[in-house]
Amino acid sequence: MTQPKNFAFGEDEKMLRDTARKFLEDNLPTDKLHKLVASNPDLYREPESIWDRDLWQQIVELGWTTVIVPEENGGMGMSLVALTALVEESGRAALPSPFLVTANSSLVLRECSAAAGGRLLEEIAGGKTASLAITPKTGSWTHDDCDVALEGGTLNGTAWFVQEARKVDSFIVKAESSKGIALYEVPAQATGVEIVPDTIVDLTRDQAHINFNQVKVSSDQLLAEAGEGSAALSRAEPGLLTLVAADMCGAAEWQLQTTVEYARVREQFNRQIGFFQAIKHPLVNVMIMVDHAKSLTYNAACAYDTEPEHAEKFARMAKSRASDVAAYASNRSIQFHGGIGFTWECFVHLYTKRQKHNQILYGDASYQRAKLADILMGPMAA
Amino acid sequence: MSEDQKKDTPEQADFRAYCRDWLSKHETKTPSSRLPQSAIEIMHTDQMEYLREWQYEAYQAGLVGCDYPVEEGGAGRKDCQLIANQEMQAANKPFLPNILGLGMAAPTIHFHGKQGVKENLLPRLFSCEDVWCQGFSEPGAGSDLANVQTFAEKKGDKWVINGHKVWTSLAHFADWMILLLRTDKSEKYDGLSYFVVPIKSELGKSVEVRPLIKITGETGFNEVFFENLEVTEDYLLEDLGKGWQVAQTTLLHERGAGPMVTPSSGGATSGGSGNQEGLSVGGAYSLINLAKASPRNGRTAADDPVMRDKIMEMIIRQEGSKQGARRARVEGLCDHPMRIPLQSKLVMSEIRQDCGALAMEIEGAASTLYINDENAPVGGEWPLAYMNSYGVTIAAGTSEIQRNILGERVLGMAKSK
Ligand SMILES: Cc1cc2nc3c(=O)[nH]c(=O)nc-3n(C[C@H](O)[C@H](O)[C@H](O)COP(=O)(O)OP(=O)(O)OC[C@H]3O[C@@H](n4cnc5c(N)ncnc54)[C@H](O)[C@@H]3O)c2cc1C
Repeated sequence: MTQPKNFAFGEDEKMLRDTARKFLEDNLPTDKLHKLVASNPDLYREPESIWDRDLWQQIVELGWTTVIVPEENGGMGMSLVALTALVEESGRAALPSPFLVTANSSLVLRECSAAAGGRLLEEIAGGKTASLAITPKTGSWTHDDCDVALEGGTLNGTAWFVQEARKVDSFIVKAESSKGIALYEVPAQATGVEIVPDTIVDLTRDQAHINFNQVKVSSDQLLAEAGEGSAALSRAEPGLLTLVAADMCGAAEWQLQTTVEYARVREQFNRQIGFFQAIKHPLVNVMIMVDHAKSLTYNAACAYDTEPEHAEKFARMAKSRASDVAAYASNRSIQFHGGIGFTWECFVHLYTKRQKHNQILYGDASYQRAKLADILMGPMAA
Repeated sequence: MSEDQKKDTPEQADFRAYCRDWLSKHETKTPSSRLPQSAIEIMHTDQMEYLREWQYEAYQAGLVGCDYPVEEGGAGRKDCQLIANQEMQAANKPFLPNILGLGMAAPTIHFHGKQGVKENLLPRLFSCEDVWCQGFSEPGAGSDLANVQTFAEKKGDKWVINGHKVWTSLAHFADWMILLLRTDKSEKYDGLSYFVVPIKSELGKSVEVRPLIKITGETGFNEVFFENLEVTEDYLLEDLGKGWQVAQTTLLHERGAGPMVTPSSGGATSGGSGNQEGLSVGGAYSLINLAKASPRNGRTAADDPVMRDKIMEMIIRQEGSKQGARRARVEGLCDHPMRIPLQSKLVMSEIRQDCGALAMEIEGAASTLYINDENAPVGGEWPLAYMNSYGVTIAAGTSEIQRNILGERVLGMAKSK
């Protein structure tokens, strides 16, 4: 199969994206975001989950969470390219919300064959939120690694690094039985579910590990049968990588524009600091990297929609490049703001922290390159 | 269907089929000696004659200059040069030698030349009956191009030219030159004018060409001296004093960001056929086979995780630039129309350079072996490619100048001049 030349980014996708950009510019300018999430700088503060529920309600009404849900499940059935554009905008705004995790959940659910998968997709189209509980304590992104056991219809163990755990209604839980990896839906309120918030660097997210103590699951919660869970996750994985890359592209563009703006107004030695090539040239390098990462991200999204045989390859390229630009843009954005850039009051740290979190999620740049090498070069000789 | 094919308009599709058919029947002769890696390293007459014949045939078949008007020697098509380029590259044809003519002189003359000049000079440029060179740089005017001092003075109905150009690629074969010079010493920018002038017919009279030797040991660029060269005003492009504006058209095309697509048949060189099966000097993907064939620490470079990481990074950069060229054509995904086009020369040249450096790292000890050493991997072409890559990061506006342009014109930071 081949991709359409325009990444299948047509009028509908553009309208959706432009509306989202305007909505976030109007409703979550960075000063408002800073007031919302950075009101408490205390180093020893309790782990928090701060977000604007009214804003989220409006986002649900705008239909963002239905974009990727198939039409037969009550969604818009649009492409990953369309969703990528929305995630890019939410990254640009550093939006604290369950948007990305719910989108990721939808991608996984689209790969699940059990009946409950379709039901949950319908509920997501109706406004329900969900997050993936699929990571063991080692932080391994390998789909077979799991710290939650399934035995006799009961879950025991812990899922780690669960994103937006205190914002969502339900979890998609990866559990290991003697027959292999299964996926179940577990409501956040279910008996035996204990959400233990993590204290994290990123102020725009919350994260937790979740203890499952004798949590009963039934067949109407079954998303993927034991032995089929890993494959479902693998098929969705290029989509997950693409969306995180999109978040980083949006955030990196904010970092670029904000730092360029500062270089145009801040004067030292009677000149705008952007005059100096030690400032100007690295910012051009940030721009070039953002552009590569963004192009690779739309290519990956389009591949996911139209040429699945190349989806993983292109997604790993996108996630790797986007992680690199996230690191570099963060570094330069703080440095080029000087002393003010090192203060809590300046906005740039919000993005630096979100970017760092994004870089790690589902594997950092060099991890992606190692996986890509296996695809392009074959495995390494022992 | 290929990826490119799927995007064709009906005219492009017909033309692509025609190109394919012609190329499949066209026989590439074997060169009598090793070909250089690009046109600006052509040293010998036999190399030039071989490549000139190829360009002539491609032009006669309609694959060169396709998008130019028929009166100017073109084929009068729309958006077809790109198609011809893709097909010539896919067919692994040699490169076109008249690169400065096709890439810079032709679009500049097309947009700014007098009608008669266009009709006389462009057909012979496309067919490679005339080779062209670019006389911009001078000893005192490199990055600061507007500082050129070569001077034209009006005497009767003639312009009389005196001065000294340097780094002039292909001048040793050139019939004609595009020439940026000064007609007024009191104004830096508005004192510049733009001419096309004959070179070959004036050799030994008012023009002298002296070759310079590159770090690789190759020739290819030259110094050019003018002593009372006389031309008529027909050869002035636009008005007197408009040289700087005309030069922008040349520079934009030189950096791959102009409206006319430069005819290009890629570059099968002798290096492409190397002395090892499946190895060639190419882009980042060619590093994979090189790594598999290069011993390292008891295994191969392909089994070394550090080398794998570096190769993947190169491939990702190259793919990023390729997808960027694709995204540049999707308006909805570009916030600034020139943002990606103005990056292309900078990005391509630095990828090429880093690719060359990495290839040598992969080759390890064998990368010390150069052209002419029978044990050199890929005929010693990678060390040559690495060294030649500096030509590209320096010529056509250095990488530093490209970053100034991007920082100022695209990002709007304070100008450095
Ligand atoms: C292989 C090759 C082929 C060429 N072919 C041609 C040709 O056919 N025709 C032609 O006219 N010219 C040609 N050139 C010349 C080329 O355009 C010049 O070399 C180039 O513009 C740089 O000028 P320069 O050599 O005088 O270096 P300089 O301008 O002296 O630059 C020296 C160093 O200073 C840096 N520098 C200069 N100004 C600035 C600034 N404002 N900010 C930051 N850094 C700066 C440069 O980036 C460079 O690193 C060719 C050059 C090469 C290498």
